[in-house]
Formats: sequence, structure tokens, C-alpha cells
Amino acid sequence: MKIHQLSIFIENRPGHLTAPCAVLADAGINILTLTLADTERFGILRLIVRPWEQAKEILEKCGCVVKVTEVVAIEVEDRPGGLRALLDIVEEAGVNIEYMYAFTVRSGTKAVMIFRFADMDKGIAALVAAGVNVLSSVVLYDRAETAG
Amino acid sequence: MSFQWNDHNGTFHPDTALDFLPEEQLRALQLQRLQAIAARAYGKVELMRQRMDASSVKPEDIRTLDDVRLLPFTEKNDLRDTYPYGLFASPMSDVVRLHASSGTTGKPIVVGYTAEDMETWKNVIVRSLSAAGLHRGDILQNAYGYGLFTGGLGLHAGAEALGATVIPISGGNSERQIMVMRDFGVTAISCTPSYFIHLIEHGASMGIDLKELPLRVGIFGAEPWSEEMRCYIQREANIRAIDIYGLSEIIGPGVGCECQCQCGPHIFEDHFLFEILDPKTGAPVPDGEEGELVLSTLSKQAMPVLRYRTHDITRVMPDRCGCGRTIRRIARISRRSDDMLIIRGVNVFPSQIEAALLKVEKTLPHYQIILRREREMDEMEIRIEVTAEVFSDRVGEMERIEARLSGAVESTTGVRARISLVEPQTIQRSEGKAKRVLDLRKLDAPKS
Repeated sequence: MKIHQLSIFIENRPGHLTAPCAVLADAGINILTLTLADTERFGILRLIVRPWEQAKEILEKCGCVVKVTEVVAIEVEDRPGGLRALLDIVEEAGVNIEYMYAFTVRSGTKAVMIFRFADMDKGIAALVAAGVNVLSSVVLYDRAETAG
Repeated sequence: MSFQWNDHNGTFHPDTALDFLPEEQLRALQLQRLQAIAARAYGKVELMRQRMDASSVKPEDIRTLDDVRLLPFTEKNDLRDTYPYGLFASPMSDVVRLHASSGTTGKPIVVGYTAEDMETWKNVIVRSLSAAGLHRGDILQNAYGYGLFTGGLGLHAGAEALGATVIPISGGNSERQIMVMRDFGVTAISCTPSYFIHLIEHGASMGIDLKELPLRVGIFGAEPWSEEMRCYIQREANIRAIDIYGLSEIIGPGVGCECQCQCGPHIFEDHFLFEILDPKTGAPVPDGEEGELVLSTLSKQAMPVLRYRTHDITRVMPDRCGCGRTIRRIARISRRSDDMLIIRGVNVFPSQIEAALLKVEKTLPHYQIILRREREMDEMEIRIEVTAEVFSDRVGEMERIEARLSGAVESTTGVRARISLVEPQTIQRSEGKAKRVLDLRKLDAPKS
């Protein structure tokens, strides 16, 4: 159920986002979604790419520091209150969300969001128990590609 | 003898008479003291005895002042290796004061003073301040740090002995410094020159022009500064800016000080014997040529130091000073012969920074120290390449690493650093050896 996410360290200066994106593009690797967490001085670029193993190798070869983190992709009702219902479940379970971001694909009335919990297994268990659809990587990649 | 005393009431502290000893008398006193101190070091300090034995020198071999060259050198490392009391020649029961300064590996260097040494220190500070034109009735704001650093307390005792009113304000808190300077009728200040420039600017931001205050003299030292900085200070604060020289290993501030002619610090030669040597060969350079300043204490009891390699590059000023002092002057310190950095008056070696980074990172990352002078304050930035080992996906974790690195550097060196994490392979390597230090501070070469 867990998805592999690549995180890359970048300096918060003009042009520094270009290099990792360019090498992936040159290798024909598609970025399914990405988000940037930044401070005044540096940023962490988080990417969902496929295939992630190859992307990691290419990025490291061009000098990036890459970390693989497990995250989870969750279907969220795309209507007012959809996200809130989900957050209630997580809060109830006492799981801390380290970060989350939206996915670029959606299916029907559902949006897809990426979550990173402090305790991944506990977070997933709570969501599954509440009947939330947690997407496997196979389903996620498949959807992303058909959407693309 | 014709010389001018200070600008004001012409009072003259009797201690200053030693600055005007006829030359033969001065050299005779130096020789007598050198012989005694060599004997003391040989008799009381094991390392000194071993070194002298190793080069087959006995204290009795010192027959002229030039024979000082027979004696072995002392290096900063010797103080570190014998930490804390290994170079003391007096029992601890006779040591009344300890000070410490930073060393090469984070361990401080400890220096001790007997009651007699404290008198010597007071004596040289009285003579320093007197040369600078201070006297009874002056109100001195002593903004050197108080504590283990020799600057604050060293200057304090001498200034009181001179008869000045001392305000022991110590460093920092610029707002209060300006308020005290204005409200207390301060006529003299002592601090690092860069801090004073900061105060000029801080005063301006508070709407206080230092030119309008009774302040008339500044005693500046503990870091290299340039003639351009002196001009700026004198113009912007309308004071006389005096260069004081010293180092903890020898005594602290007061090894030398400029007189009102402001052409290089006079060394108090009756207490400190100096040589100017080629830093590579150790051979004396001709008078007036640049070399490394090597100092021997002539009267220190607790910690006699022979031929201390200061690594400060200077030259002797061969002509007699217009003030009439017979003790000789050296030129303003222009640079150093080793990699020691002086940051906001604190001695920092790049190796200390490496040690601090290693403590946090376990393996030494690629790093670069960048020094700038921002608003006349030294700023240290350390750029560190992020490695896979320390990189975390979480912003908070990365910020904690920055804080840990900065904390380690500050606790090891005593200087705060701004840590900048940078991408791998972004710090320039040259010939396999990364350029570790980038000193962008503008310090012009001294004028002769």
C-alpha cells in the first residue's frame, strides 16, 4: 500500500529546481506529482516518479542527495468536507501527519492525496478500518498513466 | 627630553618613566631579566628544561641579548599539550588569577598570574592608557568582554590604577552601550575596532551622533584593523583611535600600545623582549623588514614564556618615535603566518571548526568558511554540503541539523556561525584540496 517517494535536497536559489527536473526529463521519466517544502535557505523537493529506482539512480549520478520515503496515496471525496472527514479519521487514531500534498490525477468524484504519517502503519490501518480507499502503487501508477 | 604629554591637564603617571629609559639602561635591564627568566623556566618548567637540555643550552649561556636565539621556541601547541598548568613555574598557591583563550582543538589555553604578574599587567596597561592620552578624570567605558578573556579584566585593573573612572560594561547590548556613553559622560572607550564602528552606526540609528559626545579616545585591539578603519572611526566619532596590542599567552592586552603619534604600538620592552624573524627559517630579519613577531616574557613569574611564536607578521619601526619614548615600536599587525582567523576578536582555527562539524556529522563533510564584514561586524558563514547520511525528508529535521551544527561551532570556537546547507559538489575544490576559508573582509594592508 505504500508508495515510494523521492526527496531531493535543493538550495533555495534561482535555478536550483531546474537541474533535477531536467535530468529526469532527459531520461524520459515522468513526474507523476511533486511538491516543494522550503525554508528561506533550502528546500526539499518531493517527487512521485515511475520507475522510482531508475530515477533515484539518475538523480544520484548527477550529484543529488536523494532519500526514499514511504508515503501513502489516498482517495478523497472531491467535495466540501471530503478532506476533513479523512483528517478526522487520522486525528481520531492519534496519528501525526508530517506532510501531505495533492495528486494531479483524479478519478470520477475522487481526488488523490499523498500523506506522510509519523507512524505510517498506524495511519494506514486507521484509514482502512474507516473504509477509505488507500491506493496501491500499481493502481496509482495505472491511473496516473491513463489520466496522462 | 622634550615630549608632549596628553592633550589635557598634562598629568603624567610615574609608571610611564620606564618608557623613556635611556637605551643602554633598557638593554641592560632586559638582559638581566632574560637571564633570570631563562633560569626560572629551566628550573621550574619541565618542558622548558627538556627543550633546553635537548639543544644543550643552559641559562648561563645567555650572555648577551642576542643569545636569546639559543633558546627554544614556544608554540601555541605547547600550551595546549601541557593543558592546563604544565607551563606554570609557580605553585598554584601563588597563582591568583587564571584566564583562558581558545585553543586549536576546542580545549582552551590556560594562563596564570601571580600577584606580582598582576602588578606587571597593571603596570603595562597604565603605561598603555597613559601613552594613549588617558589620565585621572577620564571616564572609560570598557566594552571588552569580561570573564576568561583577558581583554576586559586586564584593561580594567590598569585603568583604575591610572586613576580613570572605569565602567565595566563588557561587550554586547549596543543600545545600552550608547545610552551609557551619552548619559555617563564617557570620555574613552575600549573594545574591538569593528565593534566600535558598529556602535557608531547603532548610535546613528538611535539618533545619537558620537561626534557630539565628550568621547575623545578609543583603545582598540584584539583583532587586526586597517588604517582606513582608523580614519573612518576618527572622522565619524571625532576621537583619537589608538591601537593596543597583546595576547593572552604573553600577558593579555598591554604587550604594546600606540602613543598619541599613532604610528605603531610601542612594545613595553622592559617586560617583553621581541624578535622579528623569518617565519620559515627562524633567522632574524634586518631591521625594518617584515617577519614574524616572537616574544619572550621578561618578568612573568607564573608562566614565563620564552620565544613565543605569535605568527603575527610585522616589522620593527627603526626610527625613534616623536613622543620621545625609547621603547621601540612595531608596525600595525598586517597578517598572520598561519591559518588562525580572528573573528570578532576571538582566535579561531579552521581545525576547531572541523572538529565541531565532525562531532555532529561523524564524517567530515565538505565545507567552506566564509568571513564577511557586514555593517562592520564580522560574520561567519559555514557552507556545508549535504550528505546522504544527514539528509532527511523532513524540514524540521534539517533545521535541527543546522541548529546542532551551529551550536557545535559556537561551543567549540566561541563564535556564532550561520550554517548554510548546500547541494553536493557545489563547494569548489582546487587540486584536491578544498579552499576551506574564504575571507571576504576588507582589511587593507597597513600604510607605512
